[in-house]
Amino acid sequence: MAKKFDLNDDSVVVIIGSGAGGGTLGNELAQKGVNVVCLEAGKKLSLDDIENDWGAMFGKLSWVDKRQGTGDLLAGLPLWVCKTVGGTTVHWAGASLRFKDHEFRARSQYGEIEGANLLDWPIDPNEMERFYSMAEDKMGTTGTHGIPRLPGNNNYQVMEYGAKALGYTDVHTGNMSINSQPRDGRPGCHQIGFCMAGCAIGAKWSTLYTEIPKAEATGRFELRSESMVLKINHNKEGKATGVVYVDADGNTHEQKARVVAIAGNSVETPRILLNSSSNMFSDGMANSSGQVGKNFMRHMTGTVYGTMPGAVHFDRGTQMAGIVMDESGHDDSRGFAGGYYMQTLPGFGLGAIAGNIGNMSVDSPGKWGRNYTREVVENYKNMAGMWLVGEDMPQEKNGVTLHSSEKDQYGLPIPVVHFEDHPNDVVMRNHAFKAGSSVYQAGGSKKQYQLPPFPSTHNLGTCRMSENARDGVCSSTGATHDISNLFISDGSSFTTGAAANPTLTIVALAIRQAENMSKLLSQNSI
Amino acid sequence: MSNKVSRRTFIQGSATAGVVVSGAGAILTNTEEAWALSTEVLSGDTALSILIMARTLYPHDFLGDQYYAEVVANLDEQAKTDSSLVEKLDNGVKELSKVIESDRTYNVPFKDQSSGLQLQNLKRIDGSDFFETVRGATLGGLYGNPRVAALFGWEGSSVEHGGYINRGFNDIGWLPKS
Repeated sequence: MAKKFDLNDDSVVVIIGSGAGGGTLGNELAQKGVNVVCLEAGKKLSLDDIENDWGAMFGKLSWVDKRQGTGDLLAGLPLWVCKTVGGTTVHWAGASLRFKDHEFRARSQYGEIEGANLLDWPIDPNEMERFYSMAEDKMGTTGTHGIPRLPGNNNYQVMEYGAKALGYTDVHTGNMSINSQPRDGRPGCHQIGFCMAGCAIGAKWSTLYTEIPKAEATGRFELRSESMVLKINHNKEGKATGVVYVDADGNTHEQKARVVAIAGNSVETPRILLNSSSNMFSDGMANSSGQVGKNFMRHMTGTVYGTMPGAVHFDRGTQMAGIVMDESGHDDSRGFAGGYYMQTLPGFGLGAIAGNIGNMSVDSPGKWGRNYTREVVENYKNMAGMWLVGEDMPQEKNGVTLHSSEKDQYGLPIPVVHFEDHPNDVVMRNHAFKAGSSVYQAGGSKKQYQLPPFPSTHNLGTCRMSENARDGVCSSTGATHDISNLFISDGSSFTTGAAANPTLTIVALAIRQAENMSKLLSQNSI
Repeated sequence: MSNKVSRRTFIQGSATAGVVVSGAGAILTNTEEAWALSTEVLSGDTALSILIMARTLYPHDFLGDQYYAEVVANLDEQAKTDSSLVEKLDNGVKELSKVIESDRTYNVPFKDQSSGLQLQNLKRIDGSDFFETVRGATLGGLYGNPRVAALFGWEGSSVEHGGYINRGFNDIGWLPKS
């Protein structure tokens, strides 16, 4: 079963991270006969560790190593991502939408937009069709491969009613990688709620209990959890040779490698490259373009809560229980480039709603006092909620740098993450806020609350793909332009963000990367 | 820590509590609601003032004081290992006990002030470190209390009940059929 590889075994592919990118790549390679060591910074949980408790699960899952947010980001918690085996696939809501053709050609479709560092993806959207289909089959995505969609909960029904009353037509319960019926050894959804605290029955796809055990069963895959990567080593030819990491006991090791693939999410991935600077690579590895850590995107997001005339109990059932897709196209007449989706999302519990509306929404009757408790808190059970998610513009000034003096518990400089909205993001958010509020008004809501972004869960673009080596960090296969045996295997590689939740595309690209990488390995090209 | 509160009963605002000095801390009792809260670190004056403050920040007529008292108990627990918190709370209550008029400032213990004056004083210090500490503790300690949250329609953990697939995830009745 689970294999053990020697630290000096330099025939292995070392993958950093075990989430949507790393976990998928690891399993795909192992299935093709490639030996893999997967280094994961977090602990391995089992389904028994997953509770219906937001606070407890935030503590068990979240990446809370010190980071500094600047610009529009929350200073202490700029991102809400995971440090656990399975990465952010333990936390994700399950929405699995394909990117649209125009989104793969953002520069040529949107034209020159001031301040936006737009590029077309170096991938033909038609080629993605096959990989999207494989990803949907792997993940059991509803509404694909003959898999029925999930039933709609109360929160969805409120959204559907209002959306259809407004004339929206592309409204349904989504393409979700949550089993609507038993599949692949996992049960159908019990409408538990708490999807983003981890699915306690494993109905939602996560690499934790799909890709990783399948990879281990090949005998060609070793997972090393609680292994925090410090840097990547290279030889004098500039090829990656090994990965230095600290284990749970604080001991430092180097795992030799034939190939290194980084899938640490859009902050840790560029951070590892920047921390791997050397005499040969003084600005960090794979950074001849200067684009490592640049162009950080987090999607245009926002939240609308509506107080409805009757009880909704929006915590019951899947959190992303449905979607309005009509605004997801590119239509200049709306005054912005790109599109957005409306997706149901409740509020992470009474405590979070009671704090967040007051703290975040200008529509709130203050933060405390009699009006606040009467209008906001005492209406909890009547609330409907949706999340707005759309394409944001890549900007060179948004990104990840290393702090000049402050170090984390591993002695590494802490990452500083900077993000400022582009004017296009602001116009789109205002349009989406208005649309979301109108949906609830059409269902009888007299009061809505519009909330600006939460800590970012979709983190993209910091090691982007580009046709030309001067414009980005990696090619369409994720191979870095500078170092042929060093790959980017997560959402960091996205050239632009598109409107849709990114996991399906991360998985599809990882499948594509595995095909390409195993070919190169068998040809001895890397 | 010295205690300024003597054995007496306060009947003030909505917090119907008696305070008994007990070693370094105090015991708040409420015979009407049949509960008592003993603090180990916070003085009776500070404890009762924080209870009134919590209730004034997030008032709900259907909630008894015992739920707000749990906010005080949580702060007392934290204060055991954080002496700066004790100082912050004591100083905050002292600040709330100031009555500032146009030409003069004088002191009336916060717990003895009229509810109108209490509200005015809370508005005066809104946003201060002390205020946000107590506000955050109230949001967490009150709405994070499952027995309280249930009264607002938060149903808590569902996995042990088989989720909502057979328990009303789609039971909305008032929405017109589209």
